[in-house]
Amino acid sequence: MTEQTTLEGTPKETTRRRFLTRLSIAAGSLAAAIVALPSIGFLLGLRKAPMVWRSVGKVEDFQIGSTVEVRFLDPSPLPWAGVTAETAAWLRRVDEQQFKAFSVDCTHLGCPVRWLSTADLFMCPCHGGVFYADGRVASGPPPRPLTTYPARVQDGQVQILTSPLPIT
Amino acid sequence: MRTLKHLWNWFDDITGVSNWLVPILRHPVPPARKSAWFYVLGSATLFVFISQVVTGIALSSAYVASSARAYETLLFIHGTPLGRIVRGIHYYGASAMVILIGLHAIRVYLMGAYKYPRQMNWLTGAGLLLFTLLMVFTGQLLRWDQTGFWSSVIAAEQAGRTPFIGNWLGHFILAGDTVGGATLSRFFAAHVFFVPALIFLFLGFHLYLVLHNGISEPPKSGRPVDPRTYRRWYHEMLDHEGLPFWPDAAWRDALFGLLVLATIVSLATFIGPPALGKPPDPTIIQASPRPDWYFLWYYALLSVIPKWTEDWVILLGPLVFGLALILLPLLASRGERSPLRRPWSVVIVITIVIIIAYYGQVGHIAPWSPRLEAQPLTAEVVGASSGPVAEGAKVFYEKGCAYCHMVAGEGGIRGPDLTYVADRLTPAQITTRIYSGAPNMPSYTNNLTEEQLTSLLAFLDSRHRRPPKPAALPANIGESSPQRIPGGSHGETK
Repeated sequence: MTEQTTLEGTPKETTRRRFLTRLSIAAGSLAAAIVALPSIGFLLGLRKAPMVWRSVGKVEDFQIGSTVEVRFLDPSPLPWAGVTAETAAWLRRVDEQQFKAFSVDCTHLGCPVRWLSTADLFMCPCHGGVFYADGRVASGPPPRPLTTYPARVQDGQVQILTSPLPIT
Repeated sequence: MRTLKHLWNWFDDITGVSNWLVPILRHPVPPARKSAWFYVLGSATLFVFISQVVTGIALSSAYVASSARAYETLLFIHGTPLGRIVRGIHYYGASAMVILIGLHAIRVYLMGAYKYPRQMNWLTGAGLLLFTLLMVFTGQLLRWDQTGFWSSVIAAEQAGRTPFIGNWLGHFILAGDTVGGATLSRFFAAHVFFVPALIFLFLGFHLYLVLHNGISEPPKSGRPVDPRTYRRWYHEMLDHEGLPFWPDAAWRDALFGLLVLATIVSLATFIGPPALGKPPDPTIIQASPRPDWYFLWYYALLSVIPKWTEDWVILLGPLVFGLALILLPLLASRGERSPLRRPWSVVIVITIVIIIAYYGQVGHIAPWSPRLEAQPLTAEVVGASSGPVAEGAKVFYEKGCAYCHMVAGEGGIRGPDLTYVADRLTPAQITTRIYSGAPNMPSYTNNLTEEQLTSLLAFLDSRHRRPPKPAALPANIGESSPQRIPGGSHGETK
């Protein structure tokens, strides 16, 4: 009646159990990996949106020396993006042919800056950052001038190159 | 009743539920005496969390997390009284979660209950604190209003301060190049699936540990924790003095839980959920983003620290705090538990509470923000409706001065109050300030014409207190009486 318990087993059974243990762990890990890797890859991967030139108005619609808000559609906006498919920018006509397009995001922490036309200043409501009409920092916490989008004139239309939200 | 009993006996026979349920309910707890009511905070947090899950499920049955449709589904939810109440419970419940988890953490910390053998309770609790903050943050965007929208941009910008991976991290949070269709879905998936899954995991472990280690007894001065003897001592104490958790201790949890949930439901019913503003439109520039109240103190702190420390505080602040939470039970796992023998713990808690309360208030006022809703000064305040002074008041408003400077109670508080500036500064000094600017004031060298400057100076120079009447001398003073002091404050040459 002194049989070895099935838990301990003979050396052959021990080897067999060790093999089965490793097999089970390997199978489980593989199963987890083949599900997790595509899922995480999908989650982490960012679809790089193309940069597209968008028209924001006719050249003669903009006065020289004035800054106005323009809106343009994101490149390939997702069909369910709704209101968020548009981006705003501040467009300044510098002279006959030159335009400067500023991102509305304050370079401090991203709040939308307002243009005060009578003061010729951009003002940020969040922490009081102020920028001059050419985008340079006038005062307050912003570390850099306003980010600009490339702007050009094409066939009488003013165009802005859609760009990612400036993060850094 | 007898049928119910039979039913239960049959169920229990084939499942064995009572074998583990009854010991859990009846597990002995130390008598807490005067500290008994402090122990209800953990369960209150749990009850509110369950309430959030229940109301969250209800809301998710109507809410569509698409940027194009979310607003309409919110209108739909608001269309019925029950919908508004459920949304209100979820909204106030979020604040309650933050408050209760904070109070619970403070209670555990002050009572030294993170010491042996409950270190893992504390560590899982720290994880739950982090997840709660993630929940309130992602929930903000799901509210789909201006504030939530811009808060997500600001969070991405802060994440962007991380060296090397900042740009990628910021765009990862937004799920794209801009806040677009994918952003809301990402926040929804995080808020409804990913973080709750983590919470369930950590919470399960947390509750298991409470049962495994036993709820801590109230600390006593002169009774330090010694890992070699604690468990034996604890179980002997329970043998002699332990009370069954249910109902001898659980009744307090039940009552307090009811009080908390009743408060939340009352707020939801009588005050109602947050109003639905316009859908967040990135092209609406007229936004003044502010974080929800529980983050106001952090917003204020970031606004008052020197510019050069910003990157460090944004990145290292949370990291250092997290590290402190993790190291606490590892480095201080034994010794005295009573706060009377751990005065620094009291100092730390009081400091944290003061910081949060004070900076929360400062964040609410936000003195560094220009008051962009300021109105032009009335003729009554200016003291003239035409002429150079009135012109100057117009320039004062048009050039944006009023947004940062107050005159007679109208305007901003970012810069000095200019109501009586002529009492302090000469026109020459004022001109210098206007032209040179300051760290928080733009320089107007290129923004002001000569005429504008002249009228502006006329206006500002008119801002003085009425000169005091000369003092009346007694009637019978002789010829050698002293000269009267001239009126006006500093007798400056104009």
